[in-house]
Amino acid sequence: MKSKTIRTWSAIHTWTSLICTLFLLLLAVTGLPLIFHHEIDHLLGDAPQLKVMPADTPRLDLQQLVLKAQAHRPGEVMQYFGWDEDDSNGVVAIMAATAGTEPNSSHTFMLDARTGDAVEMPSANGGFMMVMLRLHVDMFAGLPGKLLLAFMGVLFVVAIVSGVVLYAPFMRRLDFATVRHDKSRRLRWLDLHNLIGIVTLTWALVVGVTGVISALSDLVIAAWRNESLATMVAPYRDTPPLTELAPVSRVLDIAAQAAPGMQPDFIAFPGTRFSSEHHYTVFMKGSTHLTSHLLTPVLIDASDLQVTAVGERPWYMDAMGLSAPLHFGDYGGRPMQILWAALDVLTIIVLGSGLYLWWVRRRSATEAGR
Amino acid sequence: MNWKLFGMPLLIGVLGAAGLFAALLGDGWWDALAWLGLGLPVWYGFRGFFR
Repeated sequence: MKSKTIRTWSAIHTWTSLICTLFLLLLAVTGLPLIFHHEIDHLLGDAPQLKVMPADTPRLDLQQLVLKAQAHRPGEVMQYFGWDEDDSNGVVAIMAATAGTEPNSSHTFMLDARTGDAVEMPSANGGFMMVMLRLHVDMFAGLPGKLLLAFMGVLFVVAIVSGVVLYAPFMRRLDFATVRHDKSRRLRWLDLHNLIGIVTLTWALVVGVTGVISALSDLVIAAWRNESLATMVAPYRDTPPLTELAPVSRVLDIAAQAAPGMQPDFIAFPGTRFSSEHHYTVFMKGSTHLTSHLLTPVLIDASDLQVTAVGERPWYMDAMGLSAPLHFGDYGGRPMQILWAALDVLTIIVLGSGLYLWWVRRRSATEAGR
Repeated sequence: MNWKLFGMPLLIGVLGAAGLFAALLGDGWWDALAWLGLGLPVWYGFRGFFR
């Protein structure tokens, strides 16, 4: 490689890294507890605990759960019902002042499907883990915050790619995984930076790219509303808003018939951003490991419970669905969580050592210039 | 392609990608592939601090 080419790549690597490093440190540090959010919730006693009841205790019908939820939070409306992965008797309910209320102003709690008792989920509405999540997702700055972090993610990817290009000239004379411990401190950290950077390459790229996709989720959902959803509900364009909703009791059976072989993931009530003004939308997930991350919407008319449409799955919704596990590292058991945390720590070391190497070289360049 | 330079990084990178994808397909052995693919970078990364 010519020295001019090296200098160009070196400048790209330096500047893309420098701009994104502080944000990436924030993401890596807040991401660490988020990997274990389930376990931390349990430790803090924030995980919802349902009563122990005989295994064959019958469950209430969904409309009864809606009534229980409304009694629990009078004056609010239903936004979503979701199903808990840990306990099939738990139904996660999300309510807010209006159906269109933005997610951060909603209230999330759990309903016991057998009794209709409400169980609070403190960490879904505030507290330490919520602060970590908000810092990680949007730095409490809403959409602009998400877009800024998405841009930092793009810079991170450019920094990784330019780092791989620079790996060659730096490591040409050294065996793989050589760390010169006995020379200067700078050389030791340079070798560690190169070694850790190159071995964590795949993981960092995957987590970086899926993070960018997740950060753009608001835009992805808006695209889905404009294209997919708008076409499906076109016949309803001039229909006045519903004053009364048909009971949701049979909605899951209707969706299961319309999308055979799939399982319900969540119900979006009319007026929320995952549904129209006139529909219950049941998002159905596939029954294999891979397709369980891909959601098919079934739109059910909320006045007469007829199926209006079974949605297509646009590629960008699938990309968003698959980004979640690949970003969270929650799909390969406890060992994967621990490896995810270790790789996160290694990334912090790469970021820190990069900053150190830039600082040392800059200082020696200024001293040489004197 | 300079195999001496990029051989090991390529192997680690490909195993990592295969592992990340494999665990999406199933549990058990599929997960174990991910543990191997992610375990290698962790092993090499932290080993660099010793010796």
